Amino acid sequence: MTDLEYLSYSKWKKLLVRTGNFFTSLPGKCGNGLKKLGLKVLNFFMNLFTSLKGLVTTFINGDWKTRLSYLVMGFGSCARGQWGRGILFFLFQTVFNLYMVNFGVAYLSKLNTLGVVETYKEGRRTVYGDNSFLILLYGILTLFFILAFLYTWYLNIKQNRISEEILKSGKKLKTAKDDLKSLADEQFHKTLLALPTLGVTAFTILPILFMILVAFTNFDATHQPPSKLFTWVGWDNFRQLLSSDNASYGGTFGQVLLWTLIWAFFATFLNYFLGMLVAIMINKKGIKLKKVWRTILVMTIAIPQFVSLLYVSKMFAADGLINGYLMRWGWITEPLPFWTDPIWARVTIIVINVWIGIPYLMLIATGILMNIPADLYESARIDGANAFQMYKRITLPYMLFVTGPYLLTSFTGNINNFNVIYLLSGGKPLSMNLSGNAGYTDLLITWLYKMTVNDTNYKLAAVIGILVFVVTAVINLIVYNMIPSVKNEEDFQ
Amino acid sequence: MRTKASIPEAGMGGQTRTRSKAGHEKRVNGGIYALLVIMSVIWLAPFVFLIFQSFRSYLTETGGMVDYLLPKNGWSLDNYAFLFEGSDFFSWWGSTLLASIVLGALQMGILALIKREVNKRDASEGKTQYLFLALSLLVVFVLSAAACVILHGKPDSLILSALPALVLYMAAGYVAGRFYLKQDSRLLQSIPGYPVETPLDKAKKIGGLGALYAGVIAIVMCIIKPMNASQYLIWYGNTLTIALFVAVIQTVIVLSVSYALSRIRFKGRKLIMNVVLILGMFPGFLTMITLYFLLKQLGLTQEGAVPGLILIYCASSGMGYYISKGFFDTIPKSLDESARIDGATRLQVFYKIIMPLAKPIVIYTILMAFMAPWGDFVFASYVAFGKSNSYNVAVGLYRWVNVNDYQGYFTRFCAGGVLVALPITILFLCLQKYYVEGVTGGAVKG
Repeated sequence: MTDLEYLSYSKWKKLLVRTGNFFTSLPGKCGNGLKKLGLKVLNFFMNLFTSLKGLVTTFINGDWKTRLSYLVMGFGSCARGQWGRGILFFLFQTVFNLYMVNFGVAYLSKLNTLGVVETYKEGRRTVYGDNSFLILLYGILTLFFILAFLYTWYLNIKQNRISEEILKSGKKLKTAKDDLKSLADEQFHKTLLALPTLGVTAFTILPILFMILVAFTNFDATHQPPSKLFTWVGWDNFRQLLSSDNASYGGTFGQVLLWTLIWAFFATFLNYFLGMLVAIMINKKGIKLKKVWRTILVMTIAIPQFVSLLYVSKMFAADGLINGYLMRWGWITEPLPFWTDPIWARVTIIVINVWIGIPYLMLIATGILMNIPADLYESARIDGANAFQMYKRITLPYMLFVTGPYLLTSFTGNINNFNVIYLLSGGKPLSMNLSGNAGYTDLLITWLYKMTVNDTNYKLAAVIGILVFVVTAVINLIVYNMIPSVKNEEDFQ
Repeated sequence: MRTKASIPEAGMGGQTRTRSKAGHEKRVNGGIYALLVIMSVIWLAPFVFLIFQSFRSYLTETGGMVDYLLPKNGWSLDNYAFLFEGSDFFSWWGSTLLASIVLGALQMGILALIKREVNKRDASEGKTQYLFLALSLLVVFVLSAAACVILHGKPDSLILSALPALVLYMAAGYVAGRFYLKQDSRLLQSIPGYPVETPLDKAKKIGGLGALYAGVIAIVMCIIKPMNASQYLIWYGNTLTIALFVAVIQTVIVLSVSYALSRIRFKGRKLIMNVVLILGMFPGFLTMITLYFLLKQLGLTQEGAVPGLILIYCASSGMGYYISKGFFDTIPKSLDESARIDGATRLQVFYKIIMPLAKPIVIYTILMAFMAPWGDFVFASYVAFGKSNSYNVAVGLYRWVNVNDYQGYFTRFCAGGVLVALPITILFLCLQKYYVEGVTGGAVKG
């Protein structure tokens, strides 16, 4: 098919062709991605190999200071007068050794069973056995520690080699003062990133790894440390959540996932288009008090959500203000089932979310609308385009182009939009058809929360978390491949 | 940065029939006005209702949810009184506030006098003015200290109770000083020992901001510590403490991460960005129990929930670098390069060149970091589990309305909500400009 042919198609056929193209190119893209991934892995191992080779050659070619550094970290640095570095290396090694001897080895050796000694009662006294939770957590921590140690050890040797080379060429080594100075200059990024990296490693990466592993154990209400042990169960939890037979969670998961996607779709696109419309209205020439309108709408962003959403949720309750007034005025005889009927509850939530979301989009759209060159509209008007045509041909494409990445983040953000659901309906109405305490308005994320807090069913919560990640990642991957503007970050500079 | 191009009339226009154009335009505008008015009513109604209901007495009428809006037994402040019940908030704090206002006014008066003096005399007599300034400040300081002693004369709590008054006085003095000194920089130039106005100006700014900040922290501490506080005040104090600490620490972290990722090309940069991207796809509550356990190991749950929450909010905040990185990306790199050629280190480039240019995004980051803890319900309730003295306002009020038999506590929830929303809303509306800048910039750059 040539380009000319494509241009002659009707609009719908064009769309059809494009969708077709997307799907036919999907396997190729996936293949490319896999190929890239494979290359990266290969690259990684090649690098590892060269580093190992480097270690060996350094040992063979190095002097005795370097060779001793293989055993005692930092020895070479100290012997060459770089005391600061040397002592730091040595301290790290000491701490690591102490940790491994005292805790690390014990936890690591139990990691494959997660503990076998049960807690039991001896008369009135409880004798604590193994704590599976601690074993798993500290086991991961120990692995982290070992990796860090290996890397530092490698650095230590590389340092020796570089120092040797510098000394051979007759130059002077850097002093500790120079090192400190370079932390404010050439190595400034290390200073800037040290603390955040530490924080993210300890409070994000470690917990996430832990929870991923929990998904493969039977850690739940009946296996709670320290009184009970839990252990590895393989893919059982995934099977329990996804299979549709007997009393497992398959059906519920499907329903909750479906509602999560529907919700995310409406919450993103309804807000997007309505917000844009409001922005266009407020920014129209001849409309006065622009700032006042904007300020009024922005109130929902300013007021903390737990105040506004909790209040609104009570307003719509069966004995709340809205039902009260409607009944007083005689418009209805029974309270409207805002929070008790599944469909009503879902629609109400989406509508209230519009109330929360429009101002945000209005602000964004205002900023972007200001950037559209005015002469585009001018020439369109001369050509006799009407308002809707200009919107469709100029405003919308421009907005979509510029806010593509935002739409993506907003969609995934809405999949995880806990506050709105939890504060408004708490996932209710509950139903006998759904297992695991899920309600009709529960998103995956609120379901996960209920699993964790109410049922202490940690294993299933972990599985749900992983599946949310999978859903998000798949959506992101597909969309990233479709938006070219996201990829090239240097363009903005 | 965006240039303010003319606002496009995206909606309407383009009528070919020129004669009816004006009439058509008018009708369209009328329709838009009608729509906007309706929207405004919908947007504001819940908040107005909230305020109305907070004035219904829970003692003489009913504290629960009812199906009417305006109080029947007259408007009362009972709900608000309940929030402060059992605390000596008004006697203690009110008198401190009063003292500070009086002292601040005094200082303003003195500065005004100085200014008049400066205007009258020649700038060459700088030395006397400098002395005069120092003396007057000393007098005010002694006066304020004396006032504090008189007002809260208990020897045991003297320092604690005098501290906020002093600090508030300093803050007032700072504001006054800025106000007057700004008018006439000759005063600054007339002070010997200061070559030009810049160093002093800077010191004043930093000192003043520091004093303001220390003051607010001191106030928080004092709200909780030396007096009998009501539950609500404790919750409020907790939240304020968290918010203030998070605002500072998180801003520092976010700005350093985004600066490093935007300006410096180093090995592993792409890797970090990709890892953060992947980590961000995991739902936040997944790690809740692990975090809770980690905090428990550190002794930062239940009683220690406030520092624990600060730690949690700040630890992972480096992952939210997108928006400020997007902003840094728009500042031309040539600025950095020319400064580095002139011999500036990266650190100097960071805080001398980039930071002043990035003021909008700094304020945006502070604003966001400050506002987030007020709304956090989930993690706060999990960490403070069972210890009502460690709740933040969101948890406390949520429990009033949903757990503690909301029939009786609804109006008190409304009153508490109003007191939370009021300062936050005012702050937000004042800094709206920066918020818009951050939000639009972030949305465009992803």
